[in-house]
Amino acid sequence: MASRRPFLPLAMLLGIALVSSTSSAEDRSIVVASTTSTQDSGLFGYLLPMFKAKTGIDVKVIAQGTGQALDTARRGDADVVFVHAKPQEERFVADGFGVKRFDVMYNDFVLIGPKSDPAGVKGKDIATALKAIEAKGAPFVSRGDRSGTHAAELALWIIAGIDVASTKGAWYREIGQGMGAALNTASAMNAYVLSDRGTWIAFKNRGDLDIVVEGDKRLFNQYGVMLVNPEKYPSVKKELGQTFVDWLISPEGQAAIAGYKIDGQQLFFPDAARKPD
Amino acid sequence: MPDHLSALQLILSGDPALLAIVRLSLGVSLAAVALASAIGMPFGALLALTHFRGRAVLVVLLNAMMGLPPVVVGLALYLLLSRAGPLGELGILFTPAAMVIAQTVLIVPIIAALTRQTVEDLWVEYRDELRAMNVGAVGRMTTLLWDARFSLLTALLAGFGRAAAEVGAVMIVGGNIDGFTRTMTTTVALETSKGNLPLAMGLGAILIVIVLAINAAAWGTRVWSQRVTG
Amino acid sequence: MRAPISDLPVVLEDVSLQRGVATILDRISLTITPGAPTLLIGPNGSGKTSLLRLCMGLAAPTGGRISWGGRSDPAPTRRAFVFQRPVMLRRTASANVTYALAQAGVPHAHRPGRAVALLERVGLADLAHRPARLLSGGEQQRLALARALARDPELLLLDEPTANLDPAATRAVEEIVTSAAQSGIKIVMASHDLGQVRRLAGEVVFLARGTLCERARASEFLDHPSTPEAQAFLRGDLVI
Repeated sequence: MASRRPFLPLAMLLGIALVSSTSSAEDRSIVVASTTSTQDSGLFGYLLPMFKAKTGIDVKVIAQGTGQALDTARRGDADVVFVHAKPQEERFVADGFGVKRFDVMYNDFVLIGPKSDPAGVKGKDIATALKAIEAKGAPFVSRGDRSGTHAAELALWIIAGIDVASTKGAWYREIGQGMGAALNTASAMNAYVLSDRGTWIAFKNRGDLDIVVEGDKRLFNQYGVMLVNPEKYPSVKKELGQTFVDWLISPEGQAAIAGYKIDGQQLFFPDAARKPD
Repeated sequence: MPDHLSALQLILSGDPALLAIVRLSLGVSLAAVALASAIGMPFGALLALTHFRGRAVLVVLLNAMMGLPPVVVGLALYLLLSRAGPLGELGILFTPAAMVIAQTVLIVPIIAALTRQTVEDLWVEYRDELRAMNVGAVGRMTTLLWDARFSLLTALLAGFGRAAAEVGAVMIVGGNIDGFTRTMTTTVALETSKGNLPLAMGLGAILIVIVLAINAAAWGTRVWSQRVTG
Repeated sequence: MRAPISDLPVVLEDVSLQRGVATILDRISLTITPGAPTLLIGPNGSGKTSLLRLCMGLAAPTGGRISWGGRSDPAPTRRAFVFQRPVMLRRTASANVTYALAQAGVPHAHRPGRAVALLERVGLADLAHRPARLLSGGEQQRLALARALARDPELLLLDEPTANLDPAATRAVEEIVTSAAQSGIKIVMASHDLGQVRRLAGEVVFLARGTLCERARASEFLDHPSTPEAQAFLRGDLVI
């Protein structure tokens, strides 16, 4: 009777083999909860092979919004968090979920908009630009996903003196998705959108969009890294995770970050040594 | 995966990253189909051959569960398998094993519901003959499952199609980790979010071709074996 | 090999079968004992098939009692049934017989040999490895007989097994039935072919409109039917 359905036990063996190969590979690997910007910009694809060559450690990146990435770590499902929303990160550490936060690098946000710039916002001042967009009711795409970029965008609206949460009209479109999806949406609607520079440079589907505001100091985007607290979750791979954190902020790791370029443009600027945190 | 290449070039050049993705997609979905068959077929057959109070409710429920939203299944499993969840000790979140489980949950109702329908129809034809041969309950189940094997192939294909095509559940419980839990569908989603629409579309086309090829092969097998065995 | 318990005699006492408001069988009393073949005849719709199904235990009467060898549980341990249109399992002819042997409790090691012998007995040895569903109607009916004989029955019930067969195939089936009867198996067979009744029957049970009209030795019935219904049936009149 058993021989009637040989494909069943066979395929189950396959599944078991798949699962067991998983657990054996897990010994020298860590899970890093990070943001879509670090992945979509291609930074991890560049950094991780170098790290692996040096340490033999596999880094598995879960790319989520910063808020979700911190949630993932808060549930104990990651060993290291590498995100860009400093206030949230500090609360994460203060709540005992993270061991210690380190600055790693920064890039900056840029305001993207149609080349024709219907709201007339081109320039260096982000607050003025946002005021103009609101005044003209020009379409604006918001991530709306509790990501680091979303948090930064909301902070900028406050700086511009606009209570976007209560006044938002039809022009303000929250899509609740990642950076790439937001850029795709903006491209399709010819809307303004706030993006990190790295994702923008790597983005392929620009359509009629271009950078309209850049260089404002308030568009500064700091990335931080921290080990998830092994005292909360004993499953955290303390040594391997710390090795990754240490490497990122080491001169070698910092040089690697500075070395990542697309079309000759540097995307991220290492700043771990800039100030002790 | 190199961004500057088209999907066709990737296939033709035998890009190892792409091949690994295809292999993982097929491996996960086939394992899920196998597991779901091992659970769903006996369950469907049992449901077809037994009568009890509330059976109709169960049948309706099972049919409705064929449309389980993958994202909801993914989220529920995420909460279960998370370190902070009840099954966190297993440590299988963000692994292919979690993806197999998610797809299995998604397609067990499909395979069970289609099996129930098929076996129930066949039972009408076989009932007297099997009762005259004094075939017991287990024997009835195995006999009907075996004799319905060509029809059940359709159930397997429906399950495989759904498993291979879904993205919501594997994205959540697999994490779309490069080289580890990245499947065809999550790659398509990722390349789309990177604005790499032609590559995303190309990968999607490859996925469709693979599913088509498997269906064609299964159909051919069915037609051939039916002609041979009657 | 022979089971200690017996399915014979089959005793029907005042057996009725209602389906909705329709009376299919009406207070039939009949005892089936070992002996020459019993041919169940009567016009279409007279209840032959229903009576056979009751004797097999495939259906329960709505009135009256049936017992097999004194037992009232209907598990068909020593009886077998050949349907007018037998269901061929989707496997080879040989595997169909092996399946029946397995269900009859024949030990694994004995099945291949028994299967070969049974297929030879019904003249299908050459087609052993042919898929059963690809056999002709006559071959399928012979395979159904082999499956039935695999149960080592004391009682073999057949429901018009030759109704859809050509004369050559009919003859092959009749030969198997005759040899089975000669080997001591009690045959109860529905038929509406009077030639067949003449060739096979030891006794005849005549049904009309769900009632048992007449039971007699075959020659007696065929030459001197005692009821008007049987007389009409034998004359070839339409009996309703």
